[in-house]
Amino acid sequence: MKAKVYVTLKQSVLDPQGSAVQSGLVSMGYTDVKDVRVGKYLELVLDADEKTAEEQIREMCDRLLANPVIEEYRFEITGGES
Amino acid sequence: MKFGVIVFPGTNGDFDAYDVLDRIIGQPVEKVWHDRENLDGFDCVVLPAGFSYGDYLRTGAIARFSPVMRGIEKMAAEGKLVLGICNGFQILLEAGLLPGAVRRNESLQFRNVWVNLRVENNRLPFTQGYQPGQVLKMDIAHGEGNYYVDEQTLADMKKNDQIVVRYCTPGGEITPAANPNGALDNIAGICNHRGNVMGLMPHPERSSELLIGSVDGKTMFSSLVDWWKGSGRHDR
Repeated sequence: MKAKVYVTLKQSVLDPQGSAVQSGLVSMGYTDVKDVRVGKYLELVLDADEKTAEEQIREMCDRLLANPVIEEYRFEITGGES
Repeated sequence: MKFGVIVFPGTNGDFDAYDVLDRIIGQPVEKVWHDRENLDGFDCVVLPAGFSYGDYLRTGAIARFSPVMRGIEKMAAEGKLVLGICNGFQILLEAGLLPGAVRRNESLQFRNVWVNLRVENNRLPFTQGYQPGQVLKMDIAHGEGNYYVDEQTLADMKKNDQIVVRYCTPGGEITPAANPNGALDNIAGICNHRGNVMGLMPHPERSSELLIGSVDGKTMFSSLVDWWKGSGRHDR
């Protein structure tokens, strides 16, 4: 199993990096860019069936990969041999 | 009073904390490697500054799973004293021993400057040597000190006097310009509900000698000793 985990700051939390990237893009001339959120992307390879993998990844996100105080996460599991 | 200074891989403020406690405060102090779980015998532990585990993932995120954290949780539960400085503060936040989290500094810059701090709560073992509202000069050195907590928790913290020090002007005013990192409400340091666990981004251990530029941090450590010698051995 492969899993792709995306961790981003919650919408309610100001993202200083995102704001800096957004103003950078605007100053380059991309004035349509109204908001940028910078996040983290993690790839996991697991030796587990899909159901177990899903349970484990959720637990890993809650405990370590994301900080629930400021971040939220989502993930995708892609089947097949790793 | 027996102090412990916790050392994680990547910690670099342990020498400063050890030196102040040993040479300036004159108390027994021992460095504790992060794989040790039993902290019986220590009255206070300091989680010092640095870059534990290279700040990978998030500051303090990996360190909180070190065996020593179980000993620290036990000390916190027993009412013993735990002080987190800079990265140590970040670890206590990740461990859930203190509320909230830190983000990248608003400027995105690593800031290493002198700041002014206003004492908001001087009824703690950590701060009883200060006057209410006293303005302290301390050093900061961090890239991620932009404190955040949700509104509800912040309201609870205010009600419980858990905001300990805030960034201010030399005259003690809380202004946006005096805020070096964008922290919510200019918050520089907080404590837990019980008042025996404290964390702050500024460095009292690097602000404890006139030679360096300030002695205001020394009072934080001497407060702990005075508290311990006085009524402090009894839980408040």
